[in-house]
This record gives sequence, C-alpha cells and structure tokens, in this order.
Amino acid sequence: MTGRHEEAGWTAPAPAPAAAGNEAGCAAAGRGRNDPPPGTWRRRAPAIAAAAGLLALWQVIVSGFGVPTYIAPSPVQVLQVFVEQGDILWLNFWPTLMEAASGFLVGNTVAAVLAVWFVHSQLAERAFYPIAVFVNTIPIIAVAPILVLLLGNGYAPKIVIAALICFFPTLVNMVRGLKAVSPQMLELMRVLSASGREVLFKIRLQSSLPFLFAALKIASTTCVIGAIVGEWIGSNYGLGSLIIEATYNFRAPLLYATVILGAGMAVAAFTIVTLVERRVLKWKPPEVF
Amino acid sequence: MSPTAAGSAASPGAGRSESPAAGPAAVSVRDLAVRFESDAGPVTALDGVSFDVPAGGLVTMLGPSGCGKSTLLRAVADLVPLSEGEISVFGRTPEEARLARDFSFVFQDATLLPWRSAIDNVRLPLEVGGRNGSVEQHAEPDELLALVGLAGREAALPHELSGGMRQRVSIARALVCRPRVLLMDEPFGALDEIARDKLNEELLRIWRETGTTIIFVTHSIPEATFLGQKCLVLSAHPGRVREYVGIDFGEARTLATRDTLEFVEVTAHLRRLLGESG
Ligand SMILES: Nc1ncnc2c1ncn2[C@@H]1O[C@H](COP(=O)(O)OP(=O)(O)O)[C@@H](O)[C@H]1O
Ligand SMILES: [Mg+2]
Repeated sequence: MTGRHEEAGWTAPAPAPAAAGNEAGCAAAGRGRNDPPPGTWRRRAPAIAAAAGLLALWQVIVSGFGVPTYIAPSPVQVLQVFVEQGDILWLNFWPTLMEAASGFLVGNTVAAVLAVWFVHSQLAERAFYPIAVFVNTIPIIAVAPILVLLLGNGYAPKIVIAALICFFPTLVNMVRGLKAVSPQMLELMRVLSASGREVLFKIRLQSSLPFLFAALKIASTTCVIGAIVGEWIGSNYGLGSLIIEATYNFRAPLLYATVILGAGMAVAAFTIVTLVERRVLKWKPPEVF
Repeated sequence: MSPTAAGSAASPGAGRSESPAAGPAAVSVRDLAVRFESDAGPVTALDGVSFDVPAGGLVTMLGPSGCGKSTLLRAVADLVPLSEGEISVFGRTPEEARLARDFSFVFQDATLLPWRSAIDNVRLPLEVGGRNGSVEQHAEPDELLALVGLAGREAALPHELSGGMRQRVSIARALVCRPRVLLMDEPFGALDEIARDKLNEELLRIWRETGTTIIFVTHSIPEATFLGQKCLVLSAHPGRVREYVGIDFGEARTLATRDTLEFVEVTAHLRRLLGESG
C-alpha cells in the first residue's frame, strides 16, 4: 500500500463514490470472509484420501492377520457398535457433554474475570498468579481423586476438573490480551481523559479477543478430556466410565466407538469455537488467520 | 531566545496577513525543565525551554533524535509532568486544558482501533472522558472524513486502508472535538515520500480551513520548512531552544515552493543549526 493507492483515494474535496470504491488496496472487499476460498476441496482432498487409506489398511491388517477382536477390532466392527449399541453410546454421551460444556463455561468465565482483576490490580496479580501457576503444574490425573473425595460421585467433581483444565490457558492468554494494548493507544485515551472503565470496555476487552479465542480453542478440546478423566475416577455413567467398563470387559469395539465419540465431541466443540471466532473477529486482517 | 528572522532573502512584503508574533499566545512555555528518573540517575530531557506559539499559528519543531521533541509535546499534552517552569494552553494548565479538550494529539502511528470502521474511530473522542456523545460543539465525523479526503470510505476498517489513509483518519479523529491546539508528533514519519508530500499540502489546507493552532514535530528539514510559519530548533543533551526561526514564504505554499531560492536558503539555515547543535 504505497503512494499509488494513496492517489486513488485522493480526490478531495468531493470524491465520486466510484473513485473511492475501486480502491485496489482493499483486498478483502470482494469475497465474504466466511466463504471457503476457491480450491478448498483440492486442498482437503489429500487429507481425506489419506484417512480413508489408513482405515482401509487397518481393516486389511486386522482381517488379513486374523487379529482377535478383543485386541483390535476392525473398522467395520466399530461401525457396527454405532448401529447396534447406539443407545448405550448416546446415553453416556449426554452427561459427558453436559459436564464438559459446564466446565468450559465455568473455567473460562472465572479465568476471564480473574484476568480483568489482575490487569487492574498489581497486588492481586502478585498474590494469586503464582498460586494459579502452581495449581496448573499439578497433573489433572492427580487432582481428580482429591476432587472426588471432596465433592462426591456426582456431576460436580467432573465439572470442576473440566473447568480446571480450561482455566489456566485462558487466564494466561487473557491477561496477555488485556495488556496487549499499545502504549500509544493508552496515551491517546489519557489525552481524551478516559476513565479506567472506558479503557477496559472500549479498548482492552476488544483487543484481548484474539487471545481469548486462541485459549478457547484449546479449552474446547481439553474440557472434554477433563470430563472423561473425571468419569474414570469414580462414576457409573458417561463416556469415561464406558471406556473403563469396555476395557475391563474386553469389549474392544465398544471401547473404540466410545473413544471416537469423545473425539467427535471435541472436534465439534473446536469447530463451533472457530466459527464463532470468525464471526466475532471480522476486523482481524486476513493474514492473521 | 528571541524569534529570529532567518532566510533574509525571503520577500518581506509578502507575509501572511497576521504576523506569527502578533496576537495572544495559544501555547506559552516558560523555563521548562523535564527530568526523568532512570537507573543511571536522573536524565535531563529538557532544560530552560521558553517559547510562545501564537494563536492560529503553525509551528514546526526540529531537532536531532533524542533531543526531547516528543517530551516537549507530551509535556504540553499533560502526558509528562513538568520538573520546572510552566506551560499554559490558552491560559490554562495542561491538565485543565486536557480536561477541557483544548488540544488533541496525533501520534506517529495512526493508533486506530482495528475493530472500528473509519467513522467509528473518528467518533471515539465523543464517547469517552465522560462525554457519552454529548460534546456540545463537536464536528460531524462524516464531514471530517470528507475534509481529510476520505469521503466514501466511512465504513472501511483500518486494515483495509493504506498507511496514509489511516493517518488521515487519525487526523479527522483529532479534529472531532474542535480542539484549539493540534499537537502532532512526527505524524507522517512512517509514510513514503509521495504520501507525505500530499499530506503536507493537505495539512496546510486543513489548518487554513479550521484555524487550529498546530505544533508539528518532525525530523525532516524540508517538511519543517514547508509547513511552519516558525520553526523551533532544539539542541540535544539537554534539550534547549537552539533558535526560533521565522519562515516567510507568503500566502500560497505549494509543492513548487520547495524549488524556490528562499526555501533552499531556509533549509540551509536549519541544516546549519542542526549541524552545530550536534
Ligand atoms: N519516560 C521516559 N523515561 C526516561 N527517559 C525518557 C522518557 N521519555 C524520554 N526519555 C529520554 O528523554 C530524552 C528525549 O526523548 P524524546 O523526547 O523521545 O526525544 P525525541 O522525540 O526528540 O527523539 C531521551 O534521552 C530519552 O531517552
Ligand atoms: Mg520523538
């Protein structure tokens, strides 16, 4: 964007709309940002073909070498579970989804609120940030039994575990995002005699959004992991408990189907966050995506 | 240091109707010193700086980098506390002037909010600082965008605009509260020369149309000469006034003015001053 575009827009004092409209510098104007760019299918075809190839290879190896089903089921057997035992799968799908979603909501909300507090109070940041770092270093697997002891066998410990696992990346990113305002922008706000509230709501929250969404994308998949880990420790429902049960009973096809369903939940959550991000962050220059 | 008429060859009769020295001062700086505390002890950025900017005048400020140009401008804007001396903006202290929105600041970067369209960026000063859109005497944002040559681009987001256009949006934003003084810190320093030339001419037009007093910091000698009615030359370490040079080319300044002998003489004089001040 140099002098050439400069001149195109420079038809003062009364530029014709047409003259301003054919501004070549505006690259993003033509295509809506949500349309898949041309050639998307050609770009994705290799990945799809590779996945299909691996599935086929798996099927060939399992049936060709006569691998027992309880060790490794074939893709067709796993598919059969979805058809024949679909009700068990779905029955256990919903509690896990509920726990993961609640954990996602709670963990990210608490993290975002804390981040705002930290940015406004150095004392709070100095006091609690190290604690947050410490809590984050404890493996979630080790925290889970403690939470089950504390909170019982219901939904609560699973939601807390899912929330804990979301919490830290969001806190770190959000603090960074809220601080990622240029000093010059803050000086501008000072020249305008803006209050701290105005700086928060007009500047900081908006400029933290790209950072927040980066964290939410991580959280969208880890919250599912959190819920499932919580169900391993003590539960008789949910995908986590189904995984344990299927493993101990050598029901390998059911185990695989459950794992696939859990992965599907995470992928769906990730996709939703990505779609929301695209809507909300329309203002981001395209090259940032 | 009293104003010195440099460039003696500049035709004396063809001056502006209002002589720069006449009229009440818009900005008055007296015995200003600014010191910063650093790890290596106190740093004196400015020392014993005094000068007046006449109301409606356009004063450029020139000096080697690090000599305190930005600090001086920021002291006027109440962004830096004064260590000694005083500054008055139309009779008010910098803080009072800031609260009264007597001045606006234009930075080297346009500092636009990337999620706001051009026109919404221009509206920002009307929404903050307890204004909530109720600034009694504000200019119309769309008219300002037309004034800076961006009619038709109101809805454009900053990343869709060129660097020069973004800087124009920031100038429109600075004008929206009808400030009496416009403080500009190397506003065109990041632009290519073609864009800079255009914006220089444009700034002169805006200055004439709005009657705003302008203090314009630059490190370009031609830019300082072309824009300024007077040029404040600072020397470094600590920043002091080297000379307050009057510049007089008559009413019409166009890019062709730069090729005249008077222009070259003034730039030569300024270059000599800067050379001497190291
Ligand atoms: N906030 C600050 N803290 C410490 N020193 C500063 C600060 N701001 C500026 N300075 C020092 O003051 C001097 C003048 O800086 P500045 O006004 O930015 O110069 P210029 O704009 O002319 O290049 C420099 O030596 C710089 O290091
Ligand atoms: Mg500077």
